[in-house]
Amino acid sequence: MKNTIKILAVAIAMICVVSCKKDTKPNYQYMPNMYESVGYETYGEYGVFPGGQEAMLPAEGSIPRGWIPYELENSNEGYQQAKDSLKNPIRYTVDNQEKGKALYDIYCAICHGAKGDGKGTLVQREKILGVPSYDDIGRAITEGSIYHVMYYGINSMGSYASQTSEHERWQIVQYVEKLKADLEGKTARIDTDVAVVAPKVEEEHHESTEDHSNAH
Amino acid sequence: MKQVKHRNSASKILILGTVFLFTFFNPVFGQEETAVDATQVAEASSGADVAKGEELFKSLCAACHKRYKKMTGPALFGVTERRSTEWLYSWIKNSAAMIASGDAEAVAIYEEYNKTAMNAFPQLSNTDIDNILAYVNVPKAAPAAAVAGAGDATVADGGSGVSTNVLLAILALVFLMLVVVLFLVNNTLRRFAEANNVELPGSKERTPIWKAFVQNQFLVLVSAIFLLLASGYFVYGYFMQVGVDQGYAPIQPIHYSHKIHAGDNKIECKYCHSSARVSKTSGIPSLNVCMNCHKSISEVAETTATEDHSKEFYDGEIAKLYDAVGWDVDNQKYTGETKPVKWVRIHNLPDFAYFNHSQHVSVAGVECQKCHGPVEEMEVMYQHAPLTMGWCINCHRETNVKVADNKYYEKIHKELSKKYGVDQLTAAQMGGLECGKCHY
Repeated sequence: MKNTIKILAVAIAMICVVSCKKDTKPNYQYMPNMYESVGYETYGEYGVFPGGQEAMLPAEGSIPRGWIPYELENSNEGYQQAKDSLKNPIRYTVDNQEKGKALYDIYCAICHGAKGDGKGTLVQREKILGVPSYDDIGRAITEGSIYHVMYYGINSMGSYASQTSEHERWQIVQYVEKLKADLEGKTARIDTDVAVVAPKVEEEHHESTEDHSNAH
Repeated sequence: MKQVKHRNSASKILILGTVFLFTFFNPVFGQEETAVDATQVAEASSGADVAKGEELFKSLCAACHKRYKKMTGPALFGVTERRSTEWLYSWIKNSAAMIASGDAEAVAIYEEYNKTAMNAFPQLSNTDIDNILAYVNVPKAAPAAAVAGAGDATVADGGSGVSTNVLLAILALVFLMLVVVLFLVNNTLRRFAEANNVELPGSKERTPIWKAFVQNQFLVLVSAIFLLLASGYFVYGYFMQVGVDQGYAPIQPIHYSHKIHAGDNKIECKYCHSSARVSKTSGIPSLNVCMNCHKSISEVAETTATEDHSKEFYDGEIAKLYDAVGWDVDNQKYTGETKPVKWVRIHNLPDFAYFNHSQHVSVAGVECQKCHGPVEEMEVMYQHAPLTMGWCINCHRETNVKVADNKYYEKIHKELSKKYGVDQLTAAQMGGLECGKCHY
């Protein structure tokens, strides 16, 4: 009798040690009303929304600040139009090229390769195949067609409009054009008036920092 | 019959307990064997042209065509039976021109695939196209054989896994039997001793251990203090971890493996969590981002399957994605019927603490892994950091602020460095410990 009790005590203690923590349930909180937001949190679940879903599409017809409509259609005609006439509105500065590279490495290089030769990690691992090199003569991409394809996607490639802003897409276009130029053995376009404008920008910066210190 | 009191019964119970533990909590050892590669079955190739064709097909055609399955374009196996070779030559070299010229077959296929234009491939010669067509016409028997080979491999693999478990079970059983035998032998010997009137040494005059313990007052005092201290320590530890969700790994509606995506395939974190660059929240990718790749990847490779998760399991998870996003695989079309995926949130700061992702990711350039841990190794996502205030503060104290090339704050950085007499400012010296920075 005494032995069974002892055995049981040991067994219970061991079970307790082994099975204390459960990782699939969140922990207790001291004062949940201080932890949980009164306002609606991103991706939260609240009864007032249809389906309880806080993450909703914007109301139809709403326009983000600074948004400019992209008028070309997602069709073969739209593609041709973009290819022929759409131009990159940003200036081709070294800074824009570097920002474009950073974005390219995040979004594009995984398939198109860091050099734009269509040999990204996913292609090398044979997950996605048939990614063309930027110097493909059949496609003969232009700044307009690069932007158009990023905006709408084409064939197996999806749209990147939800992950990037308009300005960012044009920065990527600049970098893709640079990669294409590298592949073709040409020199990449960098706008020459940079040298003239650069000191002006510096001046502006200087002034703003002075303003900043004066304000203090 | 009279039962003889056993000596050292407490230690025996301990041994029994250990045996009990070993028998029932038999740890399953993770096998370190790598998945056996599916044996590469040589294709029914007739010459070098198939290999060349394969290379060309994979680099030029595979974005839109599969051999045995409809994709953006039609399945190409047996295409030479459907069309004449001459027709194929001119179609592949410039399909748009053929459609424009009003070729009946060309217009029909263009219409059938929703006016999706096929790229022109002027760089391909007729021999190149012949090579591609040779590759395209390799019958599907080869992949079927490959699947069978892989099946054998997994069976063999599973077999070795079972045998290790069986071995461990047998060992445990032998151990258990040994203990039982020892116990019985001991009992029998004692009974013999009793029957032969052999005096067992020191079995009767001993005072029970608990009585001895109570009589020794110093020992009682010391153990009471020890017990109080220990319980204080554990109670404090328990209260301190309330509200801390370190290690929290909920079961998600779709088994998304960060290990496969970010680890094996090296996809950037910010590819999916793109709003971490520009906003307060890191963003859960909407399903269109998944479809950027999974439009073409409808099943995982044999080599992706692990011991814990089979290929069928992963394929099923991709099917869940298609179901949620409303993608009809057979027709390669969106049905428009979507269902939201109810992901379970893991990292959650309390309402009274403000945290902004873009400030840390874009401005400070902190690696995601610094707070989220080795995500690229996580098959199941869990919370790596405690996300407590002490943890935040500690990092602010230790991390140097990136001041290089930040012209806007140049002056204030210089003055602060002079004030603290340091070359490198930490986040704390920049005001990263002020209450109002995070609590307001």
